[in-house]
Amino acid sequence: MSQPILALKGVRKTYNAGTDVAQEVLHGIDLELQSGEFVALIGPSGSGKSTLLNIIGLLEPATSGSYRLDGREVTQLSEDEMTRARLETLGFVFQFHHLLPAFSALENVQIPGLMRDGSYTPERRVEALRLLDAVGLKGAEQKKPAQLSGGMQQRVAIARALALSPKLVLADEPTGNLDTKTADDIFALLRRFNQERGTALLVVTHDADLAARCDRIVRLVDGVIAEDKLVHAGTEAA
Amino acid sequence: MRFEWTVALRFLREGRMQTALIIGGATIGVGLIVLITGLINGLQGDLIRRTLGTLPHIVVRPPDEINRTQLAPAQADMSTASLGAPSADGASAAQPSISNIQSKVEAHANAQGKVEALANTQSRAQRLRSIDQWQQLAAQVAATPGVVAVSPNVSGAALALRGEADKAVNLQGVEPAPFLRVTKFDEKITAGAFQLNTGDIVIGTQLAKDLGVGVGDKIRIQTARNAGDAFAVRGLFDAGNRDANRRNVYVNFRTGQSLLDLAGGASNIDISIEDVFRAEEVAKALRQRTDQQVESWIETSSQLFVAISNQTFFTRLIRIFVAVIVAVGITSVLVVSVVQKQKEIGILRAMGAARGAILRVFLLQGAVIGLAGAILGSGFGTLLMAFISRVFKSPDGSAFLRLQIAPELYAAAVGVSLVFGVLAAIMPARRAASLDPAQAIRI
Repeated sequence: MSQPILALKGVRKTYNAGTDVAQEVLHGIDLELQSGEFVALIGPSGSGKSTLLNIIGLLEPATSGSYRLDGREVTQLSEDEMTRARLETLGFVFQFHHLLPAFSALENVQIPGLMRDGSYTPERRVEALRLLDAVGLKGAEQKKPAQLSGGMQQRVAIARALALSPKLVLADEPTGNLDTKTADDIFALLRRFNQERGTALLVVTHDADLAARCDRIVRLVDGVIAEDKLVHAGTEAA
Repeated sequence: MRFEWTVALRFLREGRMQTALIIGGATIGVGLIVLITGLINGLQGDLIRRTLGTLPHIVVRPPDEINRTQLAPAQADMSTASLGAPSADGASAAQPSISNIQSKVEAHANAQGKVEALANTQSRAQRLRSIDQWQQLAAQVAATPGVVAVSPNVSGAALALRGEADKAVNLQGVEPAPFLRVTKFDEKITAGAFQLNTGDIVIGTQLAKDLGVGVGDKIRIQTARNAGDAFAVRGLFDAGNRDANRRNVYVNFRTGQSLLDLAGGASNIDISIEDVFRAEEVAKALRQRTDQQVESWIETSSQLFVAISNQTFFTRLIRIFVAVIVAVGITSVLVVSVVQKQKEIGILRAMGAARGAILRVFLLQGAVIGLAGAILGSGFGTLLMAFISRVFKSPDGSAFLRLQIAPELYAAAVGVSLVFGVLAAIMPARRAASLDPAQAIRI
């Protein structure tokens, strides 16, 4: 494989730096993700998973260390450049789906395109309809999020995250508030897109079973990577 | 901008009650501003029409004749100075009046250095004179920017006689055409017409009553310098002022010249201008070109002007406060909206909406509220004006407020409301744009 989609080196994060209550939550993270990889990020609460995901998602800056996203050093980018990089390179799926309640399912999926291109294009619409179809929401395109079940909302969120064909999708507990069956379906969906589109996925999860179905598991404990292992296809069932 | 528009309109639509209330507030505010402005403009226009209608906006007269200052040397004898002060200038020289004597006594009582003051306190009686080179000046005035019409005329004291009755009048010799352009006097004619051939006269209704004459009757006009002639009453006017109706009489310019012994002269040039409130500016410009006296209505009717200016000032103050109240309302609604929509804003930011885009989303909401308020408010204000003009009547039965649909008023309402809407949105918009997406999502 050529260059990694994501490469962190010695990334540290300190909150309230320079004050008495300064607290370092990430103590030098080294992490690489190859294009098309499906990685689970696991670890107990307070281990720094969310912080790490925010740094990778360019939602907050690292205090020190280097971060190359898709071959580009992003630690020195301005706020607006980071915003642009989020739009163009990353897709987000949140635990509480976070759809825009005022917009229909179809509009929610079209918003990233509207943001990037400044208009609704017919091609984007077709693509959005195709994505909604792919996540199993054919017929529910015009429904508002409030009219959809939790699982369906999460499907819309996945379609939205994939709208601009990002190279990396970050999913924060995407199945966290879903029942087992639905969680299973959603996970399968992510897996399918990973395989069909070659989209790299970094999924934060508590669920060991789900993590075991990824290609690789990274375990974070107390702000350091305690374990980073490949899951072998054959051992999945075990 | 499509993204910003889409989100802004959707946010407004989503906050139904909130949006309806604030647009309602803006509507009432703009309606009030439109109403107050229309009301005050109407009232002032009416007041100006009634009071200034028959008066020229600016009058040019010959300068006052003044004594050449004779400065007595400070060490000169007081009695010499007091004798020398009034300049002997033939028949028109001032007779020492009581006030003159008083001032002399005062001056005497004061130190010797006050001699100068003494020389200046004695003013001369002003005889009726013509403006030097008035034709040339009138042409110059007519070419001054802002001047609409120019009417040279003569005016002076005269007596109107009929049978045993004699009334002191102010005789005005005018050229009918330019005079009517300056004063729109024909609107005041209640009987006959403003027709002034040789031997014609137009008098006020009150004088007609005093002398017991009507249109077609004859009266005699006499002046200090002219035994006078008989004139046929061609028209009666009601200037809306009893004194003017009793005192003013109008004759042909030439007739006036000969009656007042000013052959070929003009004692004043009356001027009307486009914007009555700029009378002082135009007068100032004229003063620089001529050494004649130039008086604007703002000087001569200063109380009226002050009253109108005060009214204008307080109206403006009220309008500003109403606009500020509406703006504060818009601000508070948008602040609440930012708080309510923190999560959505966070999602949009995380997905890649730039801070500038979020800023514009909220500025647009302010603009839309302002614009909607302006359009609805203009309609509301117009309805109120229509209602008032229909219900409230003046003593004479005419509408108390004429409904004026002034396009510039509505254009201004829309413009101001839009600007205030955007200004009101700045603070909430900045707050929205500065939300930290990582935190906003976690909420």
